[in-house]
Amino acid sequence: MTLAERTIWGYRRENGRVGVRNHVAILPLDDISNAACEAVAAHIQGTIALPHAYGRLQFGEDLELHFRTMIGAGANPNVAACIVIGIEGDWTEKVVAGIAKTGKPVAGFSIEGNGDIATVAAASRKAKEFVHWASEKVREECPLTDLWVAAKCGESDTTTGLASCPTVGSMYDKLVPLGLYGCFGETSELTGAEHLAAARAVSPEIKDKFLKTWQAYQDDVIEAHKTSDLSDSQPTKGNIAGGLTTIEEKALGNLEKIGKKIKYIDVLTPAEAPARGPGLYFMDTSSAAAECCTLQAAAGYVIHVFPTGQGNVIGNPIMPVIKITGNPRTVRLMSEHIDVDVSGIVRRDMTIDQAGDLLIGMIEKTANGRLTAAEALGHREFVMTKLYRSA
Amino acid sequence: MARPHLLVHGRKDNVGVVVVEDLAAGTDMLVVVTEDNSDFRMAAKETVPIGHKIALADLKAGDTVIKYGEDIGNVVAPIAKGAHVHTHNLKTKRW
Repeated sequence: MTLAERTIWGYRRENGRVGVRNHVAILPLDDISNAACEAVAAHIQGTIALPHAYGRLQFGEDLELHFRTMIGAGANPNVAACIVIGIEGDWTEKVVAGIAKTGKPVAGFSIEGNGDIATVAAASRKAKEFVHWASEKVREECPLTDLWVAAKCGESDTTTGLASCPTVGSMYDKLVPLGLYGCFGETSELTGAEHLAAARAVSPEIKDKFLKTWQAYQDDVIEAHKTSDLSDSQPTKGNIAGGLTTIEEKALGNLEKIGKKIKYIDVLTPAEAPARGPGLYFMDTSSAAAECCTLQAAAGYVIHVFPTGQGNVIGNPIMPVIKITGNPRTVRLMSEHIDVDVSGIVRRDMTIDQAGDLLIGMIEKTANGRLTAAEALGHREFVMTKLYRSA
Repeated sequence: MARPHLLVHGRKDNVGVVVVEDLAAGTDMLVVVTEDNSDFRMAAKETVPIGHKIALADLKAGDTVIKYGEDIGNVVAPIAKGAHVHTHNLKTKRW
């Protein structure tokens, strides 16, 4: 069977998108609503709370990003139905209305004037209804290439550039031309390879958009906030322990994730949903794993492929994160975190092409319901990107 | 193919990556260039951990280290062929 004919068993949502998980999410609008959401999730089995640290007194572009991330997380096709709980009614309703555009069941509850106990009681009753509704859904056969698969690497070392990132690149080179949506980000971590990243844009217009995004990061974040240089943060201590010496070296390995052939067709703001059809997208994100994955999940990606060298343990509550490593030492010491072992590449008994096929097989299994290492180990990192201090 | 000790991305590179655990000083390494699968042998001058780099030629301060066929930074202390290349003798040109 050709790749174009391969299928997975997913959940076809009301808006036509394919999900691979069937969560009933209990989403706090703000930090102070975490307790109520966690109480509902503890009470009603089959639900998952998505606690996070922000949502109060944000304004401007930072507030817009917060809403985009909240609405995007609830709208993700891996979420069957969603409960939103916030302190105030207005902002809660704004998130509910955004998620409702997908056609999925969603309900909002506000705590002010009701208190946690009454809110939890009302939200629990609605969450129980949603759980019954969602658990009656049956998986359907869908084309493999209907999936949206995002990528980001972490705890990188020199083996990520030799093995695990090229494995992701091979997968994208094979599946993106057939209709897969892909996504890479990590604006800071392309420093040193920005000329190569720019050259992979589909048109001069998109290349210009990429370079402006990258330059804005240098000017507004690095130059505005650096104390000495970034040598202790980029590369990280873990990267350096793994043998990476400079940001240029790290960036060149990182960029191996986008393969050799395909071009990216647009540059997205953080958590922005792709709107130019199937293809590879670049998103302006931090290189911190949980922040980047949360933004990609909010943009609608349903599976994540995560190359690691030294052994990053990241997961996401709504988007399964598949770990890939080519480091034989990490396979030996941290096997419980690794879904795809491509250390055969550095032993020269596996080709990158074969590793790409192995990863595609794991994407299919994950889409069909196999829990990733991060899911089995309970990793649920849901981390907002904050652009500046709240008012 | 025999298992390599050191992998080099491209023909123009002047460093390679150790891909075995417990590489000891003096090891006669099998070095493979992944770009074209060519190979050669070279002695490791130091004990270097897996994932870390080894110089393929003598490098002096001010030289550029090439990996993936690209500039990855400046040599800041002399490096002998077969020696460890890392933060003590290689610095970024950025930041």
